[in-house]
This record gives sequence, structure tokens and C-alpha cells, in this order.
Amino acid sequence: MSTDAVRAAVDEAFRDEWGRVVATLIRTTGDWDLAEECAQDAFAMALQRWPRDGIPGRPGAWLTTAARNRAIDVLRRKAVGAAKLREVAAMSDSPSGPALDDDPSGVPDDRLRLMFTCCHPALSLEARVALTLRTLAGLTTAEIARAFLSSEPTMAKRLVRAKQKIQNAGIPYRVPPAHLLPDRTPGVLGVLYLLFNEGYSATAGADLVRQNLSAEAIRLARVLATLMPDEAEAGGLLALMLLHDARRSARLDASGDLVTLEDQDRSSWDRASISEGVSVLESALRRGRPGPYQIQAAIAACHATAAAAGDTDWAQIAGLYEQLARFLPTPVVELNHAVAVGMAFGPEAALPLVAALEGAGQLAGYHLLPATRADLLRRLGRSSEAAHAYREALELASTDAERRFLARRLAETSI
Amino acid sequence: MQYLLLICGDESAAENADEGCGGWTEEMTERGLLRVTGGLRPPAEARTVRVRRRQLLLSDGPFAETKEQIAGLVILECADLDEAVEAAARHPAASYGTIEVRPMRP
Repeated sequence: MSTDAVRAAVDEAFRDEWGRVVATLIRTTGDWDLAEECAQDAFAMALQRWPRDGIPGRPGAWLTTAARNRAIDVLRRKAVGAAKLREVAAMSDSPSGPALDDDPSGVPDDRLRLMFTCCHPALSLEARVALTLRTLAGLTTAEIARAFLSSEPTMAKRLVRAKQKIQNAGIPYRVPPAHLLPDRTPGVLGVLYLLFNEGYSATAGADLVRQNLSAEAIRLARVLATLMPDEAEAGGLLALMLLHDARRSARLDASGDLVTLEDQDRSSWDRASISEGVSVLESALRRGRPGPYQIQAAIAACHATAAAAGDTDWAQIAGLYEQLARFLPTPVVELNHAVAVGMAFGPEAALPLVAALEGAGQLAGYHLLPATRADLLRRLGRSSEAAHAYREALELASTDAERRFLARRLAETSI
Repeated sequence: MQYLLLICGDESAAENADEGCGGWTEEMTERGLLRVTGGLRPPAEARTVRVRRRQLLLSDGPFAETKEQIAGLVILECADLDEAVEAAARHPAASYGTIEVRPMRP
């Protein structure tokens, strides 16, 4: 067995199994640090043993067993009571709760309870994000710190405090009972979506660790959707991520400038990701319980499945934004609705909607509001008003890429 | 685990305190969660004690000069934070005052 092949197998097992090994160890030992340590040791052991013994048929089961044995050793050395030792030793036989045991290897899947515990509302949002990345995705403290532009000691402290709070405040390690799920599930989805967006908004020049957050978020959303097949919004979130991610490489041009959806090279969109996103979305929608993630995914699907920008079904998108506003009644959603109305029914139809938003004042200072008005005016041929609005947007835009885009449009309008 | 529920509110909460807990105490007793319970007299009747450099400093009124004052306290024995929060949310004072749920040291 070549070292490279083993390396690759261990890397793959790390991505697929880390969270599961940690989650199982936390359940049986009740000790988060011990669980992480033993999982780490198990992967190190795999690097030593697999070249000699071959890659096991079920790497996850092998790793969990190795980590468990390690935990027993450590606990024995710490002279932990016999009862606790028996509990840990017997762990692969213990029940893992209802409907979680989907793995034929006999190793129960505890990742769902780990997700809900990491995203418990008693923890701060920063703590939820950091814990999720550390315990479920297996990122190192240094990587998490880099991804969130923070120092390693700060991030380490945040993780220690979060784990202490779980211990000291008695935050339960479990999937919440049915009556709490409607309250808790959005919290888990929210953390995963935040992770995705952190990675998605990182530009090509930014740190690779940051970009990888999107891949981690998709991986975790896939786990969540698999473990909660009845939760339509989990499928909706996964579909949304896949459909956005499919366009990742087309969003920026060679010089790092933003390319609008209209001008993107559609041949560079990831077809496999789009078709997976669409099929995940369809099976979520079949459950008949729409929610904000499913609706946003449906909007993304309208864009992703249009062969050319001109083929986009804007009337349907406008309708979807109207639905979305019922779940998320925010001015940004209203603004997107106005844009879609402008595309579907003409700029005259959209101008009053934009004017109403300007009147409400909630979006004051948001550059996309004047930028939208500018675009509508440009299309109506009202050039001087459009130029005025572009200048207003230019002053408010916060990134270089956005400023360059607006400046280009302004130049076109002024010709 | 034990949790302290600090029932807080403004002066009107103290008036409400006389109305009792609408069956909450009975429910918690039945569930086997209730360890300690006590309503407090209004903060105006408090004496605050401090010893600094061996000097006894006494003052009238509560320690914290805030609008919200502690009106009562409960200690519950719960399986976890979720159970303690759920129990606190069922307390009638949660609908007009504030209940702080504090995990106690073992």
C-alpha cells in the first residue's frame, strides 16, 4: 500500500468521519476535550497502521473503535471509576436514540445531537460557529481563527469557554424533543448558512481556509439533510448552497471584478452541482412545508436552470420573492422583489416599489438601493437621473469590486 | 443539576407576588423539581451590609439601584438547562417580569 494512497484514504476518512467519531466519544465519555484528543490519536494511529494492515473496509468503525480504546486507556490512567469505564467500553452496543442509527457498520451516528448542542441558543453565535467548525468539521483552532480574522489564543479561549458553558450550565447533549424542534432547527440551519456565506463571500485572493468554509458548510448541510429527512428546510438549505456554489467560479472575472448574473459565463457553472441542488429542492418541496430556505433555493434554481440570462423566468422569481417576504419581511427582500418585478414587468412597474423603500428609510446607506433605481432609470432612457443615482450608489459602495462595477455603469450612462 | 430562578420585576411585580403562582409551585412539586421557593418583601425593606477595613457599613434599600428588583427565588433540580428554562417560562412572573435562570455550582 503506497503512502500516498494511505494519506488520501486518511484525509478522506477525516472529512467523512471526524465529526462522527467526536460526536460518539462525547456521548460516551461526556468529555469534549477527551473526545477531540482521542479522535486525533485515532487518525494518527490510522496513518501508522493502515500502510501495514491495509485500509479497513469501514474506516469510520475502525476509527471510532480506536478512539474508544484510547479513551479507555486515558480514563484508566486517570483512575476513573469502574462504572464509567464499563459505560465507555460498552458504547458501541448502546442505543443512540430514535432513528439516528442509519449506519450499517453498527456505529451509531451522533452527529445530529452534536450539531444541536453546538448550536444551542444559550451559546453566543460566535461560540456556535467556532464549536461547529472544531468538533463537527475538524478544523484546527488556528484554521478557525484565520477564517474569522481573529487570533489563535482568542479563538482557543472562545472554544474553552463554550465547552465550559455546556458543562457548567447543563446544556443537554441531545437532539431536542419534537416540541422544541421548530424553535431549534432554524438555529442549526442559521449557523450552517452563516458558514457558507463566510466562505462564499471570500474572494479568490482571500485565504483558502476561508473559501473552504463553503465546502464544510455544504458537507454539514448534507449530513443534516440526511439525518433529518423530514425537515424540509434542511433540504432547502442544502439545495440553496449547492445552487449558489455552482456559480462560484463565474462570479468574478480574471481581475477579481464582480460579474453580474446576467453577464456570467453560464458554461462555467457546475452542472452536477445544479442538478443535485434542483433534485434536493424538489424532494424538499414535495413535503409541502415551504420555508425561507426552500424559497430562496427555488429562486436560485430559476437562475441556475435558465439557459441564457434572457430565458430567466422573472415573473416566477417575482412571485417567489413575494412569498419569501412573508417569511422574511425585510427591506432587502422587498428590494429584490422590486428588481424581479422590474425584469418581469418592466422598469415602470418597479420604480414605485423602490420609491416606497426609499420613503421607508430602512435601507438608507445601502448602496444597492440607489444602484437599483439607477438601473431602472437607465433602462427607461432617463440618463441624467440614472447617472445621479449611480453616483449616489458609488459613494455608498463598500468594496472595490462593487465600486468598479458602478463606475463602469456610470461611464456607460454618461456617454 | 440545580438552577436558581431569580424572579425579577419592577415594584408592580411585588404586588403581583401576593397573587401566588397560579398552580406553578404545585406543578413543580408534583414533577419533583422544586427544592426551595421563597417570595421576598419589597426592596424598600432591605438592609445592605458591607464590611470594609473592618468597618461595618449599613445602608437602607437593595444593593443594586435598578428599576428591576428581585421579588422571589426558586431552586429547581433539573436534568438540564432546557428543562430549567422550560420550567421558568411556565412561571406566571415570566409574563410580567423577568426570570434569570442561573446554574448553581455543584
